[in-house]
Amino acid sequence: MVDLAVKEDVPLLLSSARLSRSYRAERTFKNLTLACALFVAAMFVGIIWSLFDGAWPAIRAFGVGFLFTEAWNPVTERFGALAPIYGTLMTSLIAMLTSVPIGIGIAIFLTELCPRGLRRPIGVAVELLAGIPSIIYGIWGLFVLAPILQQGLMPFLIATFDGVPVLSSLFAGPPYGIGIFTAGLILAIMTLPFVAAITRDVFETVPPVLKEAAYGLGATVWEVQWNVVLPYARSGVVGGVMLALGRALGETMAVTFVIGNAHRISSSLLAPGTTISAAIANEFTEAFGELYTASLVELGLILFFVTFLVLAAAQYMLYQLERRAGGRT
Amino acid sequence: MNRGRYLRRRIRSGIFLGLSVGATLFGLGWLGVILGTLLYEGFSGIDLAMFTESTPPPGAMGGLLNAIFGSLMMGTIAVAVGTPIGLLAGTYLAEYGRYTRLAFFLRFVNDILLSAPSIVLGLFIYDVMVLPMGHFSAFAGAAALTVIVIPVVVRTTENMLLLIPNTLREAAIALGATRSHVIRRVTWRAAQAGIVTGALLAVARISGETAPLLFTSLNNQFWSVNPNEPMASLPVAIFQMAMSPYEDWHRLAWSGALLITMAVLALSITARVLESPQERR
Repeated sequence: MVDLAVKEDVPLLLSSARLSRSYRAERTFKNLTLACALFVAAMFVGIIWSLFDGAWPAIRAFGVGFLFTEAWNPVTERFGALAPIYGTLMTSLIAMLTSVPIGIGIAIFLTELCPRGLRRPIGVAVELLAGIPSIIYGIWGLFVLAPILQQGLMPFLIATFDGVPVLSSLFAGPPYGIGIFTAGLILAIMTLPFVAAITRDVFETVPPVLKEAAYGLGATVWEVQWNVVLPYARSGVVGGVMLALGRALGETMAVTFVIGNAHRISSSLLAPGTTISAAIANEFTEAFGELYTASLVELGLILFFVTFLVLAAAQYMLYQLERRAGGRT
Repeated sequence: MNRGRYLRRRIRSGIFLGLSVGATLFGLGWLGVILGTLLYEGFSGIDLAMFTESTPPPGAMGGLLNAIFGSLMMGTIAVAVGTPIGLLAGTYLAEYGRYTRLAFFLRFVNDILLSAPSIVLGLFIYDVMVLPMGHFSAFAGAAALTVIVIPVVVRTTENMLLLIPNTLREAAIALGATRSHVIRRVTWRAAQAGIVTGALLAVARISGETAPLLFTSLNNQFWSVNPNEPMASLPVAIFQMAMSPYEDWHRLAWSGALLITMAVLALSITARVLESPQERR
């Protein structure tokens, strides 16, 4: 009976009408998925195009000088990106200098020292914290961290470094509580779980045999971390740090609350400043005139360009690590 | 063996490991303090009015009803539009494209979009939707969120599909199933939990997004269900109230922040639970 059924079915299945219908359905489905995949590329191209389009009046008016001008005057329509660029780089630098060593410390703790039972809970907690929206960090920075800094840490820093050559100008002026330094700290706290989670993942790709061999030779725990794990995981850690840097550079809400939005470059880290994203967030809806809006869009273009470079480098580093990990197993 | 030297190495090791324990305590401590403050400040402001009244005019009390509704509405539209596109695109990368140059390029572009500054995505939507339409609208806000949803879904879908063993596909093909049949009936089904995880993660990601909404959906102090008009959203409402000089508004902002954090944590935990039987690395 079974045989008969098959015999009846086969010619039907191969009938040319049915076959071509099936082919057509196949092609349609494949093309549909391809179209959606290309849509992703279209968004990317669209972003770049729209930013160029929107920024064009400013690019034409100010040229390359836009990048090196500190002035930001809506009334006289003189705009320059130097202050926001400086603020963006400086806050990200402070953030990375703080969060990378601490993040690596957490990763070492999680992969090497942590009791087995605690490893998963702490790891999961770190990953969950990495997903908390940045506005939460921003509101906390404004209401909690800024007053603490204003009353405690900032006067202390100003008093301590008073008279020390370079440091006295870095930590000078009245303690506003908000400013480049505060924004950098908030970014550090925000990127910390991200750095820790990625570094831990990278450390876990280190083959145990390597570590065991080093222990076998009599190396201490720290020597194994420093001489075996870190060199092996270097490209991955650098990639992860760049990914975090990409986030810090483009972060808007955590920074906007506490940066002070002042378009000037002060030698003091404690002074209010601005970043590219904070300037756009604060001023875009209130911008009057074509040139003002275009200048803000050009800031966005610069930000996109810089984060693109950083993220592309991060992708490359992580890809290298992946290929190596894949090649060894 | 040189005892003194060995001892020095041991001490050095101990110091650095102590520092790493310290780093963990320090780092997690800060994060604990943030969550603690959030709980403390947020809970005191949560009451019935928060869920039944709209955002207040300056100096008055009110709730967050319109903002909560706006967030839900724009989030729903974004996920409804973004998930199918992301799912199909991820399917192309994992099933058809896999090792082609095009797929390699698309993967790269997608990963860039995944971490691109969200405020720039807002500028993009402002240019392609708000300007042509001539006004801010919830549609534009939803579109900006869609741009964020798609890369998240693409990435998780592709990752999940790649975890499905090839033998499963081969078995189905050997039985005479066509390629699209295999994808829809075998691989998608096997990766179901992972795909849902991707959608949940995307929702978690957009529920706190503020920057792209600032100049797409703007804000609206009043109750509005018309997606063609400016609409309030929780994050933007929090931003405006926190920046205001009114003490009452600050309390409302804290409560809203607590609400968002709870939602995000619940979503991430659900996603994690769903994912766990599939992926155990």
